[in-house]
Amino acid sequence: MTILQEHAPNPAADDEGRPIGYGRLQRKEDPRFVRGRGHYVDDITLPGMLHGAILRSPVAHARLVSIDTTAALAHPGVVAVITGADLLGLGLAWAPTLSADVQAVLVTDKVRFQGQEVAFVVAEDRYAARDALELIEVDYDVLPPVVDARKALDADAPVVRDEMEGRTDNHIFDWEAGNKAETDAVFAAADVVVSQEIVYPRSHPAPMETCGAVADFDAVTGKLTLYETSQAPHAHRTLFAMVAGIPEHKIRIVSPDIGGGFGNKVGIYPGYILAVVGSIVTGKPVKWMEDRSENLMSTSFARDYIMQGEIAATKDGRILAVRTNVLADHGAFNATAQPTKYPAGFFHIFTGSYDLQAAHCSVTGVYTNKAPGGVAYACSFRVTEAVYLVERLVDILAAKLEMDPAELRLKNLIKPEQFPYPNKTGWEYDSGDYERALRLSMKMAGYDDLRREQQAKRDRGELMGIGISFFTETVGAGPRKHMDIVGLGMNDGAELRVHPTGKAVVRISVQSQGQGHETTFAQIVAEEIGIPPEDIDVVHGDTDQTPFGLGTYGSRSTPVSGAAVALVARKVREKARFIAAAMLETRPEDLEWEKGRWFVKGDPSVGKTIAEIAMGAYGTVALPEGIDGNLDAEVTYDPPNLTFPFGAYICVVDVDPGTGHVTVRRFVAVDDCGTRINPMIIEGQVHGGLTDGVGMALMQFIEFDESGNNLGGSFMDYLIPTAMEVPDWETGYTVTPSPHHPIGAKGIGESATVGSPPAIVNAVVDALAPFGITHMDMPCTPARVWAAIQGRPRPPI
Amino acid sequence: MQITMTVNGTDVTNEVEPRVLLVHYIRDVLRLTGTHWGCDTSNCGTCVVLMDGQPVKSCTVLAAMADGHAITTVEGLATGGTLDPVQQGFMEEHGLQCGFCTPGMMLTARALLDVNPHPDDTEIRRAISGQICRCTGYATIVRSVHWAADHPAGMTEADAAGGDPAALDDSAGTTTEPGAAAAEAARAIPASQTEPEEVTA
Repeated sequence: MTILQEHAPNPAADDEGRPIGYGRLQRKEDPRFVRGRGHYVDDITLPGMLHGAILRSPVAHARLVSIDTTAALAHPGVVAVITGADLLGLGLAWAPTLSADVQAVLVTDKVRFQGQEVAFVVAEDRYAARDALELIEVDYDVLPPVVDARKALDADAPVVRDEMEGRTDNHIFDWEAGNKAETDAVFAAADVVVSQEIVYPRSHPAPMETCGAVADFDAVTGKLTLYETSQAPHAHRTLFAMVAGIPEHKIRIVSPDIGGGFGNKVGIYPGYILAVVGSIVTGKPVKWMEDRSENLMSTSFARDYIMQGEIAATKDGRILAVRTNVLADHGAFNATAQPTKYPAGFFHIFTGSYDLQAAHCSVTGVYTNKAPGGVAYACSFRVTEAVYLVERLVDILAAKLEMDPAELRLKNLIKPEQFPYPNKTGWEYDSGDYERALRLSMKMAGYDDLRREQQAKRDRGELMGIGISFFTETVGAGPRKHMDIVGLGMNDGAELRVHPTGKAVVRISVQSQGQGHETTFAQIVAEEIGIPPEDIDVVHGDTDQTPFGLGTYGSRSTPVSGAAVALVARKVREKARFIAAAMLETRPEDLEWEKGRWFVKGDPSVGKTIAEIAMGAYGTVALPEGIDGNLDAEVTYDPPNLTFPFGAYICVVDVDPGTGHVTVRRFVAVDDCGTRINPMIIEGQVHGGLTDGVGMALMQFIEFDESGNNLGGSFMDYLIPTAMEVPDWETGYTVTPSPHHPIGAKGIGESATVGSPPAIVNAVVDALAPFGITHMDMPCTPARVWAAIQGRPRPPI
Repeated sequence: MQITMTVNGTDVTNEVEPRVLLVHYIRDVLRLTGTHWGCDTSNCGTCVVLMDGQPVKSCTVLAAMADGHAITTVEGLATGGTLDPVQQGFMEEHGLQCGFCTPGMMLTARALLDVNPHPDDTEIRRAISGQICRCTGYATIVRSVHWAADHPAGMTEADAAGGDPAALDDSAGTTTEPGAAAAEAARAIPASQTEPEEVTA
């Protein structure tokens, strides 16, 4: 098998052959991680530190009648037991969410989902804290729950949020995009229309490290230091100031090494607030670290969109329009993380990679008795759902038209010359060369041979499926005019300081959770100012030490913070020009830049390196007017648009007709994220996302029974792919730079999670085509596939 | 109760409650925090350590059960300041991202290579199938273990100096030119970044 790409050439090498800037570079993070010297939240031990544990509700919906904490308080080692009543007195029983709703920190009136926080024990060690949970007596008056989102708006549905003044139903919002009248007109005149209800089931990002915090409130200085599993430490600081009333300069949030985030660690969870309350109440540092079941049952879920989708086309396969109505299950509190003006995130990119005449979507959000969340798990703000919808619809259309799904896509892809492309729901795609990527993917997969192999197998009664997904992402939120998180514009800062000896520190506002920022951001600076990446340290995750910015999620680090870092380096480079001119006693406009050095035009032998200029900047060189000493700069970047990476994925599955078991035999992924800073790291990001896709498409499901019991609350039932369930990935790439980005780079981290589930499901459905099957909902577990083959209703799990 | 075991070659003796899990003993008492805790049902394997050379999930072993045994944690993989080839392999082949599963994965790889110095892909995948990684998609972990198998003495001086000299096809393809802004962006991009359409390794 030919593997295309990888170990791409290092494009930048100076005269000694030493790599500068972009290209494959071993990670600066690795030496500590391979020695067990990472520094994650649960590794932190402070003097006198206590341990917190949360008592959680065993039921989904119930009035809280009483809590008796007497026995728990009497247990050896227990220091405090905090209940909702205590928090009411402090004004902390409810906290604002990222969606202008509120969320209960501890239950005061009634429980709204199984696993909800009811009481908080603080004890001298984690075992004693857990012991004490067992000793708290709670009396619940159980109520009927709302489990099925389709019934949430029924007149007789129990009201989940009856504490809200005047609320008599479970409706959260209606939102729409596109032009309904135009779209309906195109549908009415179309030759062919296909419709399908497509469910993107509830899943969970399940990072290997769960959520946790160590809160340390110093009563003397009034300063709160909070070590947290946070993807957005600066935003957390602002929110904590708003919630807890502690002034912002007295709050220091530290995100140390984080064991994966995947969107799970964007919002503020009750556990973080309880650790802070515990520290204030006891006067000692308090650690809270949840276990896996708590993580799966109470922290941010992903997806849960019920989409009624329709696609219209001419009979010869020209796609004309897409429309959809979505029912979004948001759980008991609307805590979805997305820019304020977009309650359904960026779902309106469901027009995909196709040149449509019209499109319209409407989304209705509802409350149910489930954990809050929605936006997580590498979704890019609902782009997973959008891409899944359109890529399934295109395949269903292909089946209806009896066209090859690759051919149908090639016929309808937006063409390179149409960029920047305004789609029908308000986006302006920055750049793309879609056909080239799809053809490369088909070449790598040997598409025509695969179809021949499939036919031969079908003739023998074997089930083989080939699935294609072509996706357009939208990442890099975003322009402050349109995008904010709780009022904070979605911009990012960067500060760069070159020390007198020519070594540098760059401080950034985003927060890695494994994506390699400490390496790649140094590579950007290296490329711009011409000193090697090993001479550049990247500082992030400490709000006392880094510039303000919105954090890492939505694949926004490269588009926004990466741009800020490139620009701050250029600012330093430009300042260096003036200092070099002073040192060389010439005019700045007479100098020319080569990587790492300003020299006199026409006389390359006369010049100054960045290290020489740095020493001059801190030294005694007489500086021109308007240029101050030292070699540093800062920047805040407001992106003009998002970036629109894209990809062409082809998946090959084999299905066992006897058991319904699906094996992903091959997966070819061609991605285009513009300029590639570090191809090794990009490949790793893609591999991880493709594995997410296998999990979501074939295994993962947070399902509830009629009583609202969470049936996916541990790794016994919520299945994550192991090395045995995934193939050796085949990756390739094209390069179509973002025209508006300072280095032409687009985000990539979430592309594979977005693009792979439809490729896998399309492959499974393709394999099942001989049975007349045109759609099945995820996850395609053996039981569900077997039931589909048998023509039976789907099994519950 | 009092327990004594050898951890990374050193004898340790402590008083512990019988119910204390080995993972918590290692992390909280010995302060060896490279061993992690990722689930509560023995599925994830981030807590894997070697007990008498065998990988065990230390969340599913009582500290008391390790009494009298030899434990190796990630902190004991390097000897005398020299990294184990497995540790080097994970860095060479990008076998880690967030680093949370890494200690357990590397210890399992070490145990595998000790009994099977040249495992094939399937043997490696089977060996680590009791462990979950959320970041890498496993392929680079498999490559990392192969690297360690191919470099039993770790990094040689030639490796360290030369890196991978494999000939790399630097063929330039077409460059998209959506407009003046793109030209500006493209100018900032090294020429060889703009469309090496296919590179065969």
